[in-house]
Parts: sequence; C-alpha cells; structure tokens
Amino acid sequence: MTRVFERPTSSPLHPSRRTVLKVMAGAGAGLTLGITLPQARAQDASPSADDSDTFAPNAFVRVLPDNTVTVLIKHLEMGQGVFTGLTTLVAEEMDTAWEQMRPEHSPADAKLYNNLHWGPVQGTGGSSSLANAFEQMRRAGAVARILLVQAAADAWGVPAGEIETRDGLLRHAASGREATFGAMAERAAVLKAPDPASVTLKSSEDFRLIGRDHLSRPDSAKKVRGQTTYAADVRLPGMLSALVRRPSRFGAVPGRIDGEAALAMSGVRAVLPLPHGVAVVAESHWQAVKAREAIKIEWDESGAVKTGSKALLEQYRDLGGTSGTTFRSDGDALAALAEPESQVIEAVYDVPFAAHAPMEPLSAGAMMTDTGIEVWAGAQSPTFDVLNIAAAARLKPDQVRLRIIQAGGSFGRRASPNSDSLVEVAAIARGLADQGIEAPVTLTWTREDDIRGGYYRPMAVHAVAGALTQDGQPSAWRHRVVTQSLLKNTPFAATLIEDGIDRTSVEGVIDLPYAIANVKGELHSPEPGIPGLWWRSVGHSHTAFAVESFIDEMAHAAGADPLVMRRDLLQDHPRLLNVLNVAAKEAGWGLPQQEGQGQGLAVHTSFNTHVAHVAEVTVKDGAIRVDRLICAVDCGLPVNPDVIRAQIAGGSIFGLSAALRGRVTLDDTGLVSQSNFHDYEIIRMGGAPEIEVHIVPSTEPPTGVGEPGVPTVAPAVANAVFAATGKRLRSLPLRLG
Amino acid sequence: MARLTVNGTEHDLDLAPDVPLLWALRDTLGLTGTKYGCGLSQCGACTVHVDGQAVRACQTYVGDVTDTEITTIEGLSGPVADAVLKAWEDLSVSQCGYCQPGQIMEAVALLAGTPEPDDEAINAAMNGNLCRCGTYGRIRAAIHAAAEALKQTERG
Repeated sequence: MTRVFERPTSSPLHPSRRTVLKVMAGAGAGLTLGITLPQARAQDASPSADDSDTFAPNAFVRVLPDNTVTVLIKHLEMGQGVFTGLTTLVAEEMDTAWEQMRPEHSPADAKLYNNLHWGPVQGTGGSSSLANAFEQMRRAGAVARILLVQAAADAWGVPAGEIETRDGLLRHAASGREATFGAMAERAAVLKAPDPASVTLKSSEDFRLIGRDHLSRPDSAKKVRGQTTYAADVRLPGMLSALVRRPSRFGAVPGRIDGEAALAMSGVRAVLPLPHGVAVVAESHWQAVKAREAIKIEWDESGAVKTGSKALLEQYRDLGGTSGTTFRSDGDALAALAEPESQVIEAVYDVPFAAHAPMEPLSAGAMMTDTGIEVWAGAQSPTFDVLNIAAAARLKPDQVRLRIIQAGGSFGRRASPNSDSLVEVAAIARGLADQGIEAPVTLTWTREDDIRGGYYRPMAVHAVAGALTQDGQPSAWRHRVVTQSLLKNTPFAATLIEDGIDRTSVEGVIDLPYAIANVKGELHSPEPGIPGLWWRSVGHSHTAFAVESFIDEMAHAAGADPLVMRRDLLQDHPRLLNVLNVAAKEAGWGLPQQEGQGQGLAVHTSFNTHVAHVAEVTVKDGAIRVDRLICAVDCGLPVNPDVIRAQIAGGSIFGLSAALRGRVTLDDTGLVSQSNFHDYEIIRMGGAPEIEVHIVPSTEPPTGVGEPGVPTVAPAVANAVFAATGKRLRSLPLRLG
Repeated sequence: MARLTVNGTEHDLDLAPDVPLLWALRDTLGLTGTKYGCGLSQCGACTVHVDGQAVRACQTYVGDVTDTEITTIEGLSGPVADAVLKAWEDLSVSQCGYCQPGQIMEAVALLAGTPEPDDEAINAAMNGNLCRCGTYGRIRAAIHAAAEALKQTERG
C-alpha cells in the first residue's frame, strides 16, 4: 500500500516511531507486571509511556520518572466526569497528590478494559462507570502503592512496614529518607505485583480524596483554552472531509446517483455510495458542504416511513386502550378496578421522539493503514464498534484500531449498537482506498443531520388506571406502556429482553416502588420504523413522567397531599423515602404559594440512584417558567461531591429541556419537521432556573449520577403546573392552552 | 485571496470571500478551539472576537473581516481573559467542554463592556450560547467570580 502522506511525529494519535520502539522494548524487558498486558497490546496500552523506566504495575496505572501518574480510563469521558472519578479512586489508594494525576483514555480492548457490569464488553452507559470500577480502580492504585513502597524499602534497606506514603512521596521517618513516586518508578517496575484481589483497601475513615468536596477536574485546563481534541479536531496531513447525504424519510435507500456535478466542484475528491446514503469527500469541510447539495439522488422510498407523528400517536393511544404483554402482575388489579366502591382514575400520557443533540455533532475519523484501519472517535461502545467497523471496512476485528477520544457530549448517542456513524466513516475510508485515495478522512454530521437523523428517544404512550378505596387508599394500578423496543436486534437482546419484554421499555414501572396491593403492567412494542436509541436515562425518561404524574393525580383525587401519599406508600423503600423527605424539607414544601405559582414533586430510582425533585413554577400569560429546582440525591458513597452536583444539575437542565422544549415530530408524509436549535429547542441561559442539589450522606457502594438527574424533572414541573393552575398536562413538552 | 489577521498574525489565504470564518479558522488555519455546533448562529460554539466584539464565526464570512482583528480562544489574553479562565477552572464549569470556548469568548466580551453584570445582564448576554450539559448555573457563578476578582485587582 502506497502512502500519500507522512505520519506526523507528535500527534496524540500517533506516537512517534521512536516512542513505539521504546515502549515495545520496555514491554519486552518485562516492565509490565502483575495483571499485565499481552505484549502485542503494550504499544496501544501505553500511549504516554515514552520512557523505558515507566512503572506500569497493571493495565490502569503508569508512573513516569517525572513523577506524573497516568491513569488509563476504560470509559468514555463525554462530560460526565469519569476522568475525575476513576482517577480519584486510583489516587486515593495510591496516596498520590491530586496534581500529579493524568487521566487518559485506555485503548479499545475488551479483555483488559471491560465494563464489569456488562461482562466481556467495554462500554460506557447505564450510569455504571463509577459503580463497576469502584473496587477495580482502587485495587489498581493499591497494588501500585505496595510496589513503590517495596522499591523504596529495597533501596533504603529498611522494612517496608516503616515506610509511609502521602501526596506522592515515600518517607522513612526513622532515617529521614524521602523520595517521590517517580524516583522509585524504575526500581518498582521490576518487582512482582501482588494479586489485586489480595490487597487490603483503605477503610472509609482514612479517605483523603474520596468524598472531598471539590477536586479540580483534570480535564478543565485544556477545555477552557480550546485545547481538547475532539474527533473533528484531529488534524493529519492530507486529511479529507466527508459528509453524507442521508434520506429525508427513514427507511429510504439511494437508487440512481449522479455525482458528476459534485465531482466537478473545487476540492471534491470522491462521491461514494453507502448502504443508507451517499458520501461526498472533499479537501475541506466547506467544500464538502457545497458539493453535498450538488449530488443528484433518486431515492427508493418503497420501504420508507410515510407516517407522521400525529397518526403514530393515535395508533399508540389506540394500543394503550388494549391489553398488551404482561410484565408485572401483583394481586388482581382488574378486579380491584372493577370494585363498585372503588374510585377509578384514568390518564394517558405521551412523550415525543427526542434527539440527543450533543453540542459536538457526531464526528469520527478513519484511515486505512498497512495493517488495517485506524478509527478515532468518542466511542461509548468500543467492543461493538470494532466489530461493526471491521465489517464495514471488510476487515477482521483485529485489524481495527479504535482510538477513543473525548466526546463533546453524547447522552447515549455515541453508543448505538450498530455504530452508525463509525460504520459510515469506515466505509468511506475503505471506499477511498478502493479508488486509490489513501488519505485520512474525517466525517462530520451537520446539526441538521443530527436532528433529522433518527436514533431518537422513542415516542411513548402510557395509559394508566388506578383505583382508590373509599377511604382514599390506592388499591390498584394498571399501567400500559406503548413504545418501540430499543434492544430488539441488538447484542443486548439476549440478556435484556425476556418473554417479549424489553427491560428498557418498562424500567421504572416494572419496579414501581409504591406499596399498592394490585399492580398490572402491560407492554406494547410497536415498530414504527424510526431508529430509536437510549437517551440519557433511557426508559426512565418517559416512565417516571407517567408514574410520578399519576401518583400525583391519585393523591389529588384522594384529597391527599402528594407528599404525604408518597410517604405512606414508600415505607419499604427507606432510601427513596429519605430523598423525598430531604427535597421536600429543603424546598419548604407546603408553604403558601402566590397566585400563579406552584410546587410539584417527583421521586424515582434509576440506575440504583435515588432522586427527588421539587419544582417551583410561575405560570403567567400561559407561559410556564421554572423558578427553582430543588433536588436530593442518594448515590451511595459520594466519591466526588462536586461532580455529583454538576451531573445532577446538568441532568436537571437536560430533563427541563425535554419537559418544556425539545421534541422531534414527523409531518404527515414522514418528513422530520425540525432541523436545528431554532426549532429543536433546548434550555438556554435565560430559562435556566436556580438549581439546588442536596447529596444524602451514605456509605453504601457508589452508584451513577450521569442519568438519574433527568427522569424526575418533567413530572415535578407538570405537578407544579397543576398546583399553580389546576390544569393537568399529560404531554411532553408541557404546553398550556 | 483573503488577508485575515488572527490572534495578531496576518495570513494570506486562498479562500473565496463567501467561506464562513469558522471553516477558515478550523480547516485552513488549524485553529480548532473554535467549534462547529449549528452553522446558523443558534448555539454560539463558534464565538470569536472581531475587533473585540463577540460574533458567530459560522455566519461571518471571510470577505467581511479582512480589515479586522480576529481573536480566537487560542489567542485570548489580558486581565479579563485571565480572570474568566481562572474562574472557569476554579468552579469546574466544563463538563464535556465543547461549548466552553464559545461561552468564554462571550463572557470576556460581556465583562469587557459590563464589568459588573447582574444575573439579568448575564442571561441576556449568554442566551445565545447553548450548553447541552447544562452548566448554566456555573457559568453564571463564574462570570460573577471573574467580575469580583477583576474588581479586587483594580482596588488592590
């Protein structure tokens, strides 16, 4: 294969040849120890290990002679703070100074860097990063510390037990000796690492970093100066820019393609047919933008979706009126609903399709190499991505080198099981190579591509019926969910679809926490032909809206305070009850409100994290303004309180965007009606309320915070609007009149 | 040919006048700190300074800025910039960070003209800069912190 460009010597993606040789020599000299890397992977696993005296006790920790400590992070940093979180765990047990820590992404390697909650798969999602890695990363740090202590003991001829560690220093008090971790790196590198499972971890009272209120984020300095390299920022000599024309209706495929006019334009290098669209490749992004418009495509719409959102919503509501597949059955809900003395309440809720709309639209780069293909992207599911890239580039998985780099937001979008954007860029790189064009290429989705491109949080309808006894006690809850399956035809289907029930469609209802004797849950899984995807908090993003709105309706029907009714029904869920009480207390629940103002609350468990929101709203001239959100969260041991506050506040804004603004609709012919932020609105600074986050102290194992701040916002706001106006809003986004 | 002065350096670029400044910066000059988010002046991720004013580079064309001083996040400097950057770091404002260069360019322009903005002034100035991570509360706090730090420096 002829190269038409030279690899740069200092790109973060391409360690110089000298670096590679040194690292490989290092690995050959036995410097990777313990739960060590296969030698063939050492080059990948040591992107910063530029010196042969690097101490690499395991797959996660590198101590360099300059006294910096690199932590290889197996999860994608997309803003949620995983660089901070996992680094804290290592640093705590290692006894380093926070300032010497340098997190960076691990390679894509499911053997070393799998998500322990997912089995043999590397991936970031389900708010699982901190939870799955909590003990693993601490053990990685503890092993490193033990070896550094042993190295110092050997060097100084003193017992290891007399050496203390703190802030990256080793000290022997009796002899007054002191050394940095970096100074002992080379010596530690030749020692045999203990089994990580055998090491003793600190007890919580000895924590110095875990639980510290604020640790400066290690990724901040570069981010504020525009120095963080996202996928679209990678610059390589001779790099080309690609865009893809995708069909305007879901399910359409390109028929006859005429790329002549586009190919004649300045800078345009190729027009490439792809299975679901047509790529145009040019020397610059702007040239590609112009040329994309010039491609003539006759679309084959024989399999296209031509149903609009209105018709779809009607279909879903009709389905909600019929029995579905049962996913929960406690007692006999139908009999309880039929009791002549029962007061029956019925309500139907709906949520629209919603786009993730990360500020960095999907982007990725690729180039064919002598051995296969190299792809760089903010990738949430590297293990599946590698398989999908290999298929698209007609290669074997071991010929794919996927570089995981920071993402400008994701919210689930960079975790599509079919790796949609990475498959595109891989097919483009392969298509270029087939035409004899061997250059790196970067693919960007425009914002219009993003908003119109599908992979949405799916539309959902919830038809709920409840019964109250004569003394106002809830006696039955029948809940029908209508929404498309996210997991069907994905690698997760085998474990997460059981008896026809997609767990992600019903999470939040199947585990309805309220103590009601008769509960029936039923699911309909229509197939609208519009690609759906997990969207920050997944099923909880719609189930909590229905559940927490309906319990509020039940309370009002019973003449009960919504807080009191929830309390009465949550006695068996002390952690959930506690966040409810904390939020209510901090908000001053029940204080008299002014005309047009109201408070609403919602409480929900998602991803094993318990969250309650109180929303305070003002309704004026038919407009809903959220003045304040008060939130209580129990996520187990709070590892990084400041990151928890940031994630819960950020999740609250994300939830508020869905509650008040963002929706994707299809017109009556199946065309997406929105295209950019002017019509797919998200909350702006002017609409951002004051947000209070109260973290409940806990010593339980930590759970995630990336998603759980989202689900309770929409119902809390809807309930507050009811309190303010007496109007019950059951559709998102919430609109009065 | 277009002559642009970016971060104090003159460049003669072989670009048509209707090329958006954003792509001249990113693709031609390699200044990737200025981000693409929408292309329609809807999100502010591409905010740069033209003669000290915050503008959206995606809707500014090369031909319109030939006789101006363009500053990007890479060239941002001075006491206001220092105070803003420090406040952003101290308060750990950034989550994914993608919108933050644009937020910071906007905030520096705000503080340069309005040294002590109240919440209303901040909301008005920053309303065009979207953050999908939802860092608005911290952005507001960081602008207040930077304003306070600048005031202290002046007094000191």
